[in-house]
Amino acid sequence: MRISHYSLPLFLLLAHGAQAVEFNTVQPAGSMVAFAYKQMNVPMEGKFGKFSASIAFDPERIQSAQARIEVDLASIDTGFSESDDEVAGKLWFNTKAFPVAQFVSGGVKALGNNRFEALGKLTIKGRVLDVVAPFTFKQEGRVAVFDGTFSLKRLDYAIGEGIWSDLSTVANEIQIKFRITAAAAPAKK
Amino acid sequence: MTPATRYTATAIALHWLTALLIAATFPLGLYMHGLALSPFKLQLVSYHKWLGVTIFLLALARLAWRLGHAPPPLPDTIPAWQQRAAQGLHHLLYVLLLVIPLSGWLMSSAKGVPVVYLGMVQLPDLVGKDKALGEMLEGIHEMLNFGLMGLVGMHVAAALKHHFIDKDTTLLRMLPFGKRGNHEN
Repeated sequence: MRISHYSLPLFLLLAHGAQAVEFNTVQPAGSMVAFAYKQMNVPMEGKFGKFSASIAFDPERIQSAQARIEVDLASIDTGFSESDDEVAGKLWFNTKAFPVAQFVSGGVKALGNNRFEALGKLTIKGRVLDVVAPFTFKQEGRVAVFDGTFSLKRLDYAIGEGIWSDLSTVANEIQIKFRITAAAAPAKK
Repeated sequence: MTPATRYTATAIALHWLTALLIAATFPLGLYMHGLALSPFKLQLVSYHKWLGVTIFLLALARLAWRLGHAPPPLPDTIPAWQQRAAQGLHHLLYVLLLVIPLSGWLMSSAKGVPVVYLGMVQLPDLVGKDKALGEMLEGIHEMLNFGLMGLVGMHVAAALKHHFIDKDTTLLRMLPFGKRGNHEN
C-alpha cells in the first residue's frame, strides 16, 4: 500500500516528463527509405542506401513538428546493378543534375490512435509537389519510430521519360516507405 | 486387344505444343539475355517466364497422361538396347522439362523478382532474395538449357533416322494428321 501511495505521484511526474519530450535525434541505423512498384504487374522492391533526416516531433505539440528528409538518389538499390545505372541516367532521376530528392514538412495532423499525417513538399528532378504522408508513431522509452507510406506518380516528376514513359511495363504508381527512428532530447525552448 | 500403334490425340497434341513452346522459349531466352535494359526487354523477360511456366504445366500434364497410358510400343525391328536408350532419353527429357522451368523460377525468386504468370497469377517465391544464389542459378538454368538442346538434337535425329533411313513407324506414332492404326499413312 505504501509503495503505491508514493509511486502514484512519481508516475504522474514521469508521465508529465514524457509529454515534454521531443524526438529530434535521428538514428540512421534504425531508419530507412524504400520503395515498391510494379513492373509487368510484378511487385518489385528497392531502397535508398543514403539519406539524411532531421526531425523534431513531440506528440503533445504537433503544431511545432518538423521534418526534412533528403535522399541521395544515386544511392538507389533496385537489386540489379544494370537498373541502378539506368535510373541514375537522364531519363529517370538524372542524378548529375538533380542528385537529391527532398521532403520538407509543412505541418502534421493527428489522426488519432498514434496515427498522424505529414503534409509537405516533395522535390524530385526540379518538380515540387504537395504530398501527404500518413505515418504511425511508436514510442519505446526515449526512442520513437515513425513508420509511413505514401504513393506518388512517377510521371508527375518525369521519372522515366522517353521509352520509359510507357506505363504498361513500369507502372506509374510508386510506393514510398519510410522509417525514421529518433531519440528524445529535452524540448527546445 | 492389340496395343495401340500410335500415341493418343492428347499425347500428340501435348508433345507438339511442348516442342513449339521450346522452339520459342529457348531462342527468346538467348536473345533477351543480350539486350540492354529497356521496356521491350522487361516484356520479353516476362513472356519468357510465362512460356516456361506453361511448359512446366504441360510437362505435368504429360506425366499424368503417362500414368494412365502406356506409350505405343516401338517397332520390334529396333534392337533392345536402342529401345532402352530411347526410353532413357525420354525420361531425361521429362526431367529437364520440369527442372529447367523450376531453375528459372528459383532464379527469379533469388533475384527478388517474383514470377507473375500471364501478369495475373503470382507464384510463391521458392527462396529468399540472394544475389549470389541468383547468379549461380542463372548459370545452372543456362547449362541445363544447353543440355536440353543437346538431348532434343538427339531426339530429333533419332526420329528422322527411323523415319527416313530405317523407314519404320517410330515417328508415325507421334505424328498428327495420321489415321489411327494405319502405319502407311
